Amino acid sequence: MLGQFTRGLVSVASAMTQPKTAGLLLTSRLYHEKVVEHYDNPRNVGSFDKDDPTVGTGLVGSPACGDVMKLQIKVDENTGKIVDTCFKTFGCGSAIASSSVATEWIKGRQMEEVLTIKNSDIAKHLSLPPVKLHCSMLAEDAIKAAVKDYQKKKAKREDNNSSPPDGQATVVG
Amino acid sequence: MATAAAVAVVGDDDHSGGGSGGGREGEGVMMKGVHMAGRPLYLDMQATSPVDPRVLDAMLPYYMDQFGNPHSRTHMYGWESDEAVEKAREQIAKLIGANAKEIIFTSGATEANNIAIKGVMHFYKDKKKHVITTQTEHKCVLDSCRHLQQEGFEVTYLPVRKDGLIDMEELKAAIRPDTGIVSIMTVNNEIGVIQPMAEIGEFCRKNKVFLHTDAAQAAGKIPISVDDMKVDLMSLSAHKIYGPKGVGALYMRRRPRVRVEAQMSGGGQERGIRSGTVPTPLAVGMGAACEIAMEEMEHDEKYIKELTDRLYKGITSQLDGVIVNGSLEHRYVGNLNLSFAYVEGESLLMGLKEVAVSSGSACTSASLEPSYVLRALGVEEDMAHTSIRFGIGRFTTKEEIDRAIQLTVDQVQKLRNMSPLWEMVQEGIDLKSIQWAQH
Repeated sequence: MLGQFTRGLVSVASAMTQPKTAGLLLTSRLYHEKVVEHYDNPRNVGSFDKDDPTVGTGLVGSPACGDVMKLQIKVDENTGKIVDTCFKTFGCGSAIASSSVATEWIKGRQMEEVLTIKNSDIAKHLSLPPVKLHCSMLAEDAIKAAVKDYQKKKAKREDNNSSPPDGQATVVG
Repeated sequence: MATAAAVAVVGDDDHSGGGSGGGREGEGVMMKGVHMAGRPLYLDMQATSPVDPRVLDAMLPYYMDQFGNPHSRTHMYGWESDEAVEKAREQIAKLIGANAKEIIFTSGATEANNIAIKGVMHFYKDKKKHVITTQTEHKCVLDSCRHLQQEGFEVTYLPVRKDGLIDMEELKAAIRPDTGIVSIMTVNNEIGVIQPMAEIGEFCRKNKVFLHTDAAQAAGKIPISVDDMKVDLMSLSAHKIYGPKGVGALYMRRRPRVRVEAQMSGGGQERGIRSGTVPTPLAVGMGAACEIAMEEMEHDEKYIKELTDRLYKGITSQLDGVIVNGSLEHRYVGNLNLSFAYVEGESLLMGLKEVAVSSGSACTSASLEPSYVLRALGVEEDMAHTSIRFGIGRFTTKEEIDRAIQLTVDQVQKLRNMSPLWEMVQEGIDLKSIQWAQH
């Protein structure tokens, strides 16, 4: 009789664990498929020449924090459009995905436009849980840093090219 | 074992790209957004271990028809249950060189640690106000000490050396006339380091201070004798040595006697130290696991050492920038805690989804702090983020190790290609010279 009872119990138990309930288990603690996808197939991994005048490099984060992102943009000088992007990231899956998404979104856009990208957009796109929001924050910082670096380089070049007003030494070519 | 099936399924994958085993529609397992070809290889033996089939065999009768409460004095169900519990007690005692009367069943090593530390200090609180422990102890020991601090006791957390071992001089300097207990774990769960218990025991005995050790990761794996180690209290856990989860034991020396204040009030079971019905099937399981461990310890150690060496050589022959955390000499063979420079731990784990291992990385703990054990070793913060702990056990196979090597090397190489730190190092830049932009 005990045997019958336990057999019944086992069949009830297995019925209760059917996949029907699995859909309700999508809590914030799972890796969103998009994050895993970006990890498995990251877009735009690579490096541009830092010294190339059309390249802006943003390096943010620190190894001590466990997150370092290097995001680079190649800008068309005349139109101010970002024609190519690449990134390298030392960080968790969410950090890699955030920077990968960032490079995707800014490709083909104007520099001023990409400064409006918010970390919350990236976080929403990847369904990042609260504990990973700082990864998207860092990606936003990386975009801004890359743009700033390009603009700084451009300004410096223009500064060097323009003739100095008050007799400073110039390179006579 | 079941994990061999995962190896067989994953084995005929193409090795293009970094992802292995994912992408086959309709097959495999989908969990937490991650697709896997089958169940992952289990290499996390420090977290828990599979129940040995022989242990399960020993336990089943006590779930089926011999289900009596061991404290029922009036009928056969109780007597046979009690007999089984006492036999298990004997088996556990034999493993550590103790007397059966000195073994108390608990719900696990955490409870045993609580009883030992809080129980001893509460009992002797009139004369003893001071506790000594280490910075690398298990959370339950550290939390019990913190609890005592809130009650007004004083606690010294001894630092450890770079190799994870304590410095005897520090211990000697820390001891006071009002020190009630010293608690130092025998084998560390994160880095596998073995402390010099005999030396520590000698010192504590001479100074008449109780010595407690958390031997959850040690008993059944390395030879242990409570008399050689001169310990007064020892915590044991069943599910670390192929036994069931939910049961552990506390060894309490009788000569000279250790007294504790009970943490559980109730019917006075287990000599009044731990009230509550002793779960017979679990106790039987723990006893069986201990007996098997005692008989097979030598063989297990030899077998596991071979696999660990294979894993270590396999990885380091294909990758550089790999560091072992903790002493290589004084170490349990089944624990290999490696740091992979310039690669972050959680991202490595994501790539190693076909291998079940754990990491000392911040991202994998609930807080964003990297492992406190690695920090205590003086591991630099960026390296603490890169550690992976491989746990090898009795049922690990050579094929699993080879697959783990292949997966680890592939993923580390992929992540290094994606890492700005690796790129900078290749260019000859000294990372320490960089001014990082904090956010």
